[in-house]
Amino acid sequence: MALKIVKGSIDRMFDKNLQDLVRGIRNHKEDEAKYISTCIDEIKQELKQDNIAVKANAVCKLTYLQMLGYDVSWAAFNIVEVMSSSKFTYKRIGYLAASQCFHESTDVIMLTTNQIRKDLSSPNQYDTGVALTGLSCFVTPDLARDLANDIMTLMSHTKPYIRKKAVLIMYKVFLKYPESLRPAFPRLKEKLEDPDPGVQSAAVNVICELARRNPKNYLSLAPLFFKLMTSSTNNWVLIKIIKLFGALTPLEPRLGKKLIEPLTNLIHSTSAMSLLYECVNTVIAVLISLSSGMPNHSASIQLCVQKLRILIEDSDQNLKYLGLLAMSKILKTHPKSVQSHKDLILQCLDDKDESIRLRALDLLYGMVSKKNLMEIVKKLMLHVDKAEGTTYRDELLTKIIDICSQSNYQYITNFEWYISILVELTRLEGTRHGHLIASQMLDVAIRVKAIRVFAVAQMATLLDNAHLLTGNMQRKGICEVLYAAAWICGEFSEHLENPMQTLEAMLRPKVATLPGHIQAVYVQNAAKLFATVLKSQEGNTESTAAQETSQLMIDRLPLFVQSANLEVQERASCILQLVKYIQKLQQKDVEVSEEVSALFAGELNPVAPKAQKKVPVPEGLDLDAWINEPPSESESEDEQPKAIFAKEEPKHSRPRHTEVDEKELARRREARKQEQANNPFYIKASPSSQKVYQEGPGVEHIPVVQIDLSVPLKVPGLPMSDQYVKLEEERRQKERAEKKKKEKKKRKEKRSGRGKKHDSGPESEEDITPAHMVDIVTEEMPENALPSDDDEKDPNDPHKALDIDLDKPLADSEKLPVRSHRAAEAPKSPTEDGDAESAALQEPKKKSSKEKREKKKDKERDRKKSKEEKKKKKHKHEEKEEDLLGGQADEPAVQSEETSEVAAPPTSTSAEVSDLDFWLSNAPVPSNTQEAATVAAEEAAPVPEAASGTAPDSEPDEPKDTEMEESKSSKHKKKKQKKEKEEKEKKKKKKHHHHHHHSDGGGGEESVQNGTVEDEEPLPPMSNYCLLAENSYIKMVNDIQGNLQDGSQVVVSVIFENKCESFLKSMEFNVLDSLNSKLQRPEGSGPHDGLTVPFQLPPGVSNEARFVFTVQSIVMPQKLKGTLTFIVKVGR
Amino acid sequence: MRFLLLFSRQGKLRLQKWFKTYTDREKKKVIRDMTMLVLARPPRSCNFLQWRDLKIVYKRYASLYFCAGLEAQDNELLSLEVLHRYVELLDRYFGNVCELDIIFNFEKAYFILDEFLMGGEVMETSKAAVVVSMEEADTLQETMEEYMSKPAY
Repeated sequence: MALKIVKGSIDRMFDKNLQDLVRGIRNHKEDEAKYISTCIDEIKQELKQDNIAVKANAVCKLTYLQMLGYDVSWAAFNIVEVMSSSKFTYKRIGYLAASQCFHESTDVIMLTTNQIRKDLSSPNQYDTGVALTGLSCFVTPDLARDLANDIMTLMSHTKPYIRKKAVLIMYKVFLKYPESLRPAFPRLKEKLEDPDPGVQSAAVNVICELARRNPKNYLSLAPLFFKLMTSSTNNWVLIKIIKLFGALTPLEPRLGKKLIEPLTNLIHSTSAMSLLYECVNTVIAVLISLSSGMPNHSASIQLCVQKLRILIEDSDQNLKYLGLLAMSKILKTHPKSVQSHKDLILQCLDDKDESIRLRALDLLYGMVSKKNLMEIVKKLMLHVDKAEGTTYRDELLTKIIDICSQSNYQYITNFEWYISILVELTRLEGTRHGHLIASQMLDVAIRVKAIRVFAVAQMATLLDNAHLLTGNMQRKGICEVLYAAAWICGEFSEHLENPMQTLEAMLRPKVATLPGHIQAVYVQNAAKLFATVLKSQEGNTESTAAQETSQLMIDRLPLFVQSANLEVQERASCILQLVKYIQKLQQKDVEVSEEVSALFAGELNPVAPKAQKKVPVPEGLDLDAWINEPPSESESEDEQPKAIFAKEEPKHSRPRHTEVDEKELARRREARKQEQANNPFYIKASPSSQKVYQEGPGVEHIPVVQIDLSVPLKVPGLPMSDQYVKLEEERRQKERAEKKKKEKKKRKEKRSGRGKKHDSGPESEEDITPAHMVDIVTEEMPENALPSDDDEKDPNDPHKALDIDLDKPLADSEKLPVRSHRAAEAPKSPTEDGDAESAALQEPKKKSSKEKREKKKDKERDRKKSKEEKKKKKHKHEEKEEDLLGGQADEPAVQSEETSEVAAPPTSTSAEVSDLDFWLSNAPVPSNTQEAATVAAEEAAPVPEAASGTAPDSEPDEPKDTEMEESKSSKHKKKKQKKEKEEKEKKKKKKHHHHHHHSDGGGGEESVQNGTVEDEEPLPPMSNYCLLAENSYIKMVNDIQGNLQDGSQVVVSVIFENKCESFLKSMEFNVLDSLNSKLQRPEGSGPHDGLTVPFQLPPGVSNEARFVFTVQSIVMPQKLKGTLTFIVKVGR
Repeated sequence: MRFLLLFSRQGKLRLQKWFKTYTDREKKKVIRDMTMLVLARPPRSCNFLQWRDLKIVYKRYASLYFCAGLEAQDNELLSLEVLHRYVELLDRYFGNVCELDIIFNFEKAYFILDEFLMGGEVMETSKAAVVVSMEEADTLQETMEEYMSKPAY
C-alpha cells in the first residue's frame, strides 16, 4: 500500500499538467501533431490509473485537445468517472469536459442520470450549479424526461443562484421533452415575480424564447409582462420583454396600440442603443400588425424612420448596418416613409464596408417604383462597373435582376430597356450568374409577347457574337446566356429578320466547345430555325435556296453527332436523319415546309413552380397504394425472372432497361430528397435555386481556347440601356404634356368645376404608362388548384413541439415522471402528492365549472329580461341575486366582454381570452381608475370565471345597493339581500360569497397576489391580507397560508370587520367545495353545511377566523365561491 | 445565441462554446467559416455578418476575436454587449486579461462563461454576482499545489 502511494506520487511528479501541455504544444510548433499524439498516449496511460486526481488532470488536458479539434470521444467513460468524483475540483473538470465533448449520441450519457440527480440535490450549491451548467450543454430527451421533475423542484430552491440556473435550463428541457412544459409552466410563471432580479430575468428569458416560437399560447401573459416592462429598469430584461411583445403583437393588434406609447417613450428617453434598437424593431412590428394607414400612427413611423436615419448617418458602422436592417422592415409596410430617404441609402452603396452595401442593396429592392426603377438600376450598373471583387459584383447582379423582376415585373415600363440591361450584364467578367441572366431572358421573352421581336433581334446579335462570350476562360459562367439566346431565336424564329444568318451562327464549328446542355439547345433550335427558313424559302419558290439550307444542315450536323454528350448526340442524329429525308423529298420537288414547321407548332406557356404540387388528388386515388403487388422483400435482385418473361426479355431489354433505370433514379432521387428534407442538418437548397438550370456536368473541364481581349468589350450592334433612360424621360415628358393638354381641355369644358386640384405636381405611379402594350403572361396553374400556403413550415422545427396550450388544466397523464423505485430519495413533497390526485380530478371539475357558468348565464339572461320589466319585479329579482361589482364596471367594456363570452363556448380558455380582451379594450380608456385596477386584478386570475360575474347588473339608482369592491385575486362577491325596511329589529342578509383563489400550498400564491395588489390599494406594508369582499355592513380581508404540518392543507385567515352601527351575529361561512379544494368541516356535518363563525361583531370591531381547506393540486389556480350569512341587529 | 468562439488573429481557436448541438463535422465547418470570414474583414467595418441563416456578431479585443452566432430575432447590439461583458468579466477575474491567460487557464475561462451565460441566454446580468460565484466556487477547488502534495490512494 505504502509503496503504491509512493509510486503514485512519483508518477504525478512526471505528469504533465495542463500548463505543461499548452507550453509543450507551443514549443512544438513544427511537429505539433506528433507531439500531441505522444501526449494522447500519455493521457491514455494516466486514465488507466486508479487515482482520480490523475484522471481529472488527464481529462482536463483532453478537454483542451478537444478544443484544438482532436477527437476525444474514446474517453467519454473516463469523463463520467471524473464527473462522479465527490471532490468539487474534479467534478468541475468532469462536467466541463462533458459539456464540451458530449452530444446526444454519446452513449455513456445514460449512465450519468443518477449521478446528475445526486449532484442536483447536493447540499453544496456549486455542485448543483455545475451539474445544471453541464446539463444545459448535453441534455438529451431521456435526461430531460428523467430529470425534469428534479429541475422543476430546483426552481423553488432557496438559493437564487440555483433558482436562476434551474429556470434557464428548463428551456432546454422543454425543447427536449415538450411534455414537461405544461406541468412546469405555472412555476415558471411564478418566477417572473421572483424577488431576485437574476431569477426574474432568467424567467423572462425563458418565456420570451418560448413565446417567440409559439406566441399565441402566451398572449394571456401580456398584462403581466406589460407591468414588468413599465416597472423594470434592467435593460437586459427590458430588451427581452420588448422582444416578446414584438412576437405577440402580430396576434393581437390591440396590444400593439397599447404598447406604442410606452415604447415611444422609451425610444425618446433611453440612451442605450441596444434598447433603442429593440424598441424601434418592436414598434415596427406593432405598426406592421396594425392595419396600415392609420393616421394617428404615422407619427410613430416618422419617429422610427427619423431615429433610424440618425443611426444610418452615425459614424459607427454597426449602427449604420442595423439602421439599414431595420429600415428594410419598415419598407415592407410603409414604403413611402422610407423612400424619402433614398439619397441616404444610395449613399450607403458607396460605403467601404461590404455588409453595409449589401444591406443598402436589400433596401433598394423595396424602394423601386415605376418612376425610379430606371434611375436606380442605372446607378447600380455604375456600381457594377466599379465593383472590384466578384462576390460583391455578383451580388449586385442578382440584386438588379431581383429588383427588376419583382412581383412579376411590376415596375418595368419598358421591356426593351430591361432586355438591354440583361444584355449589358452579359459583358461582366467572370460572373457565376450566367444562368440567372439566361432565365430572365427566357422568362421575359416567353411572358411578354410584345417584346419578342426586340428580344429575338438582340439574341440573334448575341449568337452572332458568341465568340466574345465564350472566348475567355473566365467567362465560362456567362455562356449560359447562349442557352437562352439560342432557345429564344429558335422558338420565336418567325420574328427573326435574317434567320439564315442566325442559323449559320448556330451551326458554327466553335459551338462544339460549349457545354453539352447548351449544344443540345443549339441543335434543337437549329432545327426550329431550319423549319422557319424552309417556310420562307419555299414561299419564294426558290427551291434551290431551300435545298442549300438543307445541305448546310447536313454538312454541319455531323459535328454534333460526334459529340461526347449523349443528349447532343441523340438530338443531332435524329435531326440529321430528318433533314436527310427532307432533302430527299425536296429533290422530288415536294413541298415540305408545312409539315416541318408542324413539328414545332404550338405555344409554350410558363408553368408555376408549385403547379404540380397543387393539382388536387382525384377522389378515390390513393397515391401510396401499390399499383402492382409489391415485390417481396426476400426476393433478391439476382433471382432469375420467370420463364414467361425470360423469353421475351431479350427483345425489349435495351429500351426497357433504360426506362426502368430512369424510374429507379427518379425514385431514388425522391427518396434522397425526402431524406434530406427530414435531416435537420442538411442544408436545404434555397427555393430560388429551383428555377436555376441544372448545370451541365463537368463544364469546367471542357477546354476552351483563350482569347485575350485588351479592349473593353463592346459588342457591335447591341443597344445601350442608357439610351432608354433618356428615351423614357422624353416619352414621359411627352405624355405629361399631352395629359396636361387633355386636362386643360377638360377644365375648359367644365369651367365651373372645382379649382386647381390637379396641378402639375410630381407624377404619380399610375400616370406612368408602359412604353409598349405589354401583356404579361402569368404562370399557369392547374385547374382547381388548391390555394395552400402551408408548404413553408419546416416540420423539423424543434419548437413546433412546444406549441402547447398552457391554459388548459393539467391532465393526469401529464405530470412529470417522478422516481418511485428508489427508496433512498428525499421524501416527495406532499403537494406533489396531491398533484397526482388532483390531476385526475381536473376534468370533471372543469365540467362542473362550465355548467355553473352556463347556469349563471341563464340567470343573467333572466336578469336582462327582468330589467325591461317593471321595477317592482326587478326588485324582487334582485333580491334573489345581485351583482355587486357591476355598479362600478364600465358599461360598454363589460358589454363587449359579455358578448364575447356568449359567443364563445364557455371553456376556461375562452374565458381567458375574453379576459385579455377586457384588459386590452379597457385600459386604454382610463375613465375610471378603479375600474382599471379591477381589470388588472382580474387578469391575474388564471381561470377567470369571474368574468362571467361582472355583468352590469346592479342599478345605480338602488339606494340600498351594497357596493363591493372587487378584490385583487379577483375574488368576487355576490350577495343576496333581503331588505325589509319595515322590520326594524332584524335584517337578515345572505351573502353569496363567490371567492376564488389559487391556493398553492402557501408557496407562490402570496407572491402572485402581492404582485397584483400593489397598484390597487394601499395596504399596510407588512400585511399579506387582501380584500375578499366588502359591503356597507361588513368587510372581509383574507390571507392564505400553507399548513406547515400538512402540505395538502391551506389555512385561510379571514378578518371580519363590522362597518355598520349595528351588531352582527350568527355569522355563517360557507364555501362551495370544488373537486380540488374542500372546506374542512367538523365531523358529522354534511358537505354543504356552513361553518359558524365563532364570534359576534359589535359595531366597528374586527376579528379573525381561520378556515382550513384541503387542496389537492398546487399547480392549478383555484376559484371558490362562498357565502357569508349574518344577522344585523338593529336598534333595541 | 447558438455558439461563441474565441480565436486569435492567426485563426487559432482559443475557446468554443456551443449552445445548440452540432455534430463535430458541423462544428469544424462553422469554425473554419467563422475564422475565414471574420479574419478577412477589413478594419473599421461593422461587426455584423450574415452567414447562412445566422447573424454573426464579432468583436476584436487585442489579438483575440470574440465571435457569436445569433438567431434571426436576436439583438446584435445586445450581443455585442454580452461579448463585452464577458471580456470585462475575464478582465476582472484575471486582472488585465491577455490571450495567454485564456490559453493557460482555459477551463477558468469556461467557468466564467458558464456563470454568465447558460444555454445561450444571459443568466446573470450583474457583474458582481458572477465574480462572487466564481470566487466562491474557486475556494472549493483545490489548487494545483495542493493536488501535487496530496497522497494518492
